Amino acid sequence: MRRILFLARAEVLHVVRDRATLAQVLVVPVLQLLVLSNAATFLVTNTPTYVVDFDRTSVSRGLVNRFRASGHFRVEEQSASPELANEALLRGDVTMVLTIPHDFEATIVRTGTAPIQLTVNAEKGSAAGIVQSYASSIAAAYASELEASVHGASLGGSEAPPARGIPRIDLRVRSWYNPALNYKYYMVPGILVALVTLIGTLLTAQNIAREKELGTLEQLNVTPMTRLQFIAAKLLPFWALGMLNLAIGLVVGAVVFGVPMRGSLLLLFGSAAVYLVAALAIGLWISSVVDTQQQAMFVTFFVMNVYLLMSGLFTPIDSMAPWVQTVSQLNPVRHFVTISRAILMKGAGPADIAQPFFVLTIFGAITLALAIRQYSKRVV
Amino acid sequence: MSALAGLLRKEVYHILRDRRTLIVIIVLPVLQVIIFGYAIRTDVDHVRLAIVDPAPDTVTLAIRARFNAAGVFQDVALVPRIEPLEDLFRRGAAQGALVFEAGFAERLARGLPSGLLIIADATEPNTGSIVASYATAVIQGYQQEAPPSRGAVHIVPSVRMRFNPTRESSNLFVPGLMAFVLTIISSLMTAISLTREKETGTLEALLVSPLRPWQIIVGKVAPYLVVGFASVVGVIFEARLVFHVPLRGSLSLLLIEGIVFILVSLSLGILISARTSSQRVAMMGALIGTMLPTMLLSGFIFPLESMPWPLQAISVVVPARWFVLVARSVMLKGVGLAYLWQPTLVLLVMALVLLTASTRAFHERLDQ
Repeated sequence: MRRILFLARAEVLHVVRDRATLAQVLVVPVLQLLVLSNAATFLVTNTPTYVVDFDRTSVSRGLVNRFRASGHFRVEEQSASPELANEALLRGDVTMVLTIPHDFEATIVRTGTAPIQLTVNAEKGSAAGIVQSYASSIAAAYASELEASVHGASLGGSEAPPARGIPRIDLRVRSWYNPALNYKYYMVPGILVALVTLIGTLLTAQNIAREKELGTLEQLNVTPMTRLQFIAAKLLPFWALGMLNLAIGLVVGAVVFGVPMRGSLLLLFGSAAVYLVAALAIGLWISSVVDTQQQAMFVTFFVMNVYLLMSGLFTPIDSMAPWVQTVSQLNPVRHFVTISRAILMKGAGPADIAQPFFVLTIFGAITLALAIRQYSKRVV
Repeated sequence: MSALAGLLRKEVYHILRDRRTLIVIIVLPVLQVIIFGYAIRTDVDHVRLAIVDPAPDTVTLAIRARFNAAGVFQDVALVPRIEPLEDLFRRGAAQGALVFEAGFAERLARGLPSGLLIIADATEPNTGSIVASYATAVIQGYQQEAPPSRGAVHIVPSVRMRFNPTRESSNLFVPGLMAFVLTIISSLMTAISLTREKETGTLEALLVSPLRPWQIIVGKVAPYLVVGFASVVGVIFEARLVFHVPLRGSLSLLLIEGIVFILVSLSLGILISARTSSQRVAMMGALIGTMLPTMLLSGFIFPLESMPWPLQAISVVVPARWFVLVARSVMLKGVGLAYLWQPTLVLLVMALVLLTASTRAFHERLDQ
């Protein structure tokens, strides 16, 4: 045990003495958390809209005003020229064109049903669907508003609601866990995981490779240290650093972004303890496989790239192709991102996260065994 | 001029001799586009739906049948009470829920409003809103089938999805991926090539040779431009054949823009390596300086319009932002230079500025 502590102390001193590294591991993650959480949002607000109003009546203007007032749309330009609207769409100045046909008001008065046309730039896939559903609900709300005023006029302001033949379903929609649809609540717990992983893995991946380059690994090899002790000593300081980073990040998340913490923090840190062993052991394993720091960086960045983009951090796992979903089961980042979001946002308890936690535990055990096996004291 | 030719030949030998790196450089982008093309998507289908139906009757069964027929929903649980939902949502077993009031049909028959609640897991707000809007659309569809009453007003929107009618997210992400993968590979290539010369000390030899700084830069950039071009062609082929991304505009325009963009990334790599001393620092600089900004500030995954203005302002200097715009516009909208002169100009200016800056960085070294 004393041997482990000695080597661990040496590692700590390495990090603490080098001011640049210290700043890199403590300050940079906080800055990145602050910046990235603002960048990562799919939220659709203020869709720039072009209005082509052929009707120019009070009813058509009323519709345009409802779009304006909804907060989801911003009317950029307005004219009676579909060509100009098309130009604006092609240039990318607007995302939606709302076309109100001639005789819009007249048709509504005569038949009660009138068309409008929405042309959406669907380049951005799912965002276009959301834009469309906002627009449709504004149109529907305006229609029932008109209906009420028509009835109000014909019934002379009678208070009784108009009798109707259609069954009324009282439809309510509720968004659980994130009623304000705040993207930061979703992103902060994820980005936190990414940063802790990135830094821990980079540092450990470089670690043994550097000792190889400097030749100090040979000195360690001739000491009576066992392989297990060696790996444990290399792991401990970075593990503690990862936990510290997580704690700092959580404080920043709570103070700056107001991220909810519905579940037990103890559970979160307990899962992090297991997760970090898995993540760092991968770094150590890479480090003992490669010969130079450069190779270590290369491999780590490739692995990180795949890890982050396939973890469900930025785009949901459920949307991935089925075979990718299966492959991503092998990604420890995926499981810890799931756990962290479930605990913080949904208030999940031990039973709810049992499955990903179990996978992480197995993962940690396997990668640790691999790292210990891979590190041999023999110089090849 | 013959000196330049000599340097060019040397670089070509370097690239060709190191077979492993060459294969990595050409195959890696193609491989990454495949993996990420299948992974980075935001389509919402197979929504896991839990149904709370305390007393099933004809109307609730009819509505449930509509949900089954809609194709995007997948029943995962049918429970009589609302309490078990919490557990299903926490475990992620359900993404949405449909909660009927007891005595649904009976209340409707008596002309009373019946309560129907749609719950969406909005942990991820985008998916949450899409699930809610799909479910709302199904219910509205059911209601509209009832005979219209007199005096009801309907405004019927007819929706045209331009440029990507099926709203396939690979059409959105694959052109963006091109930019992402090309940036990383190109800036890494030159960064490593130059710092290797520095570390092995051969750069000094180059510097004392009669070659001018701009000639060294040309000698370093030109061969890699060819390699980069090969991977652009590979990735475009892949986008067509594997992901069936349409190419509505001109292929030659896309290829030319691709060359300009690679030139920008290569010169960025040179600038980074001219400013740094060791391979490790150069790699870190090239990767951190390009990977995260390209991933997040290019509009490749997250729409730029949704970001706060300071980040939008920063994104202007990210080269990939402009190439993502160009690639998407050419492939999906089929527009030409008339619409794209602005981003093209920006890319050209960036290439010019970066090349000049890296040439100057070499001048400074000579002065020392």
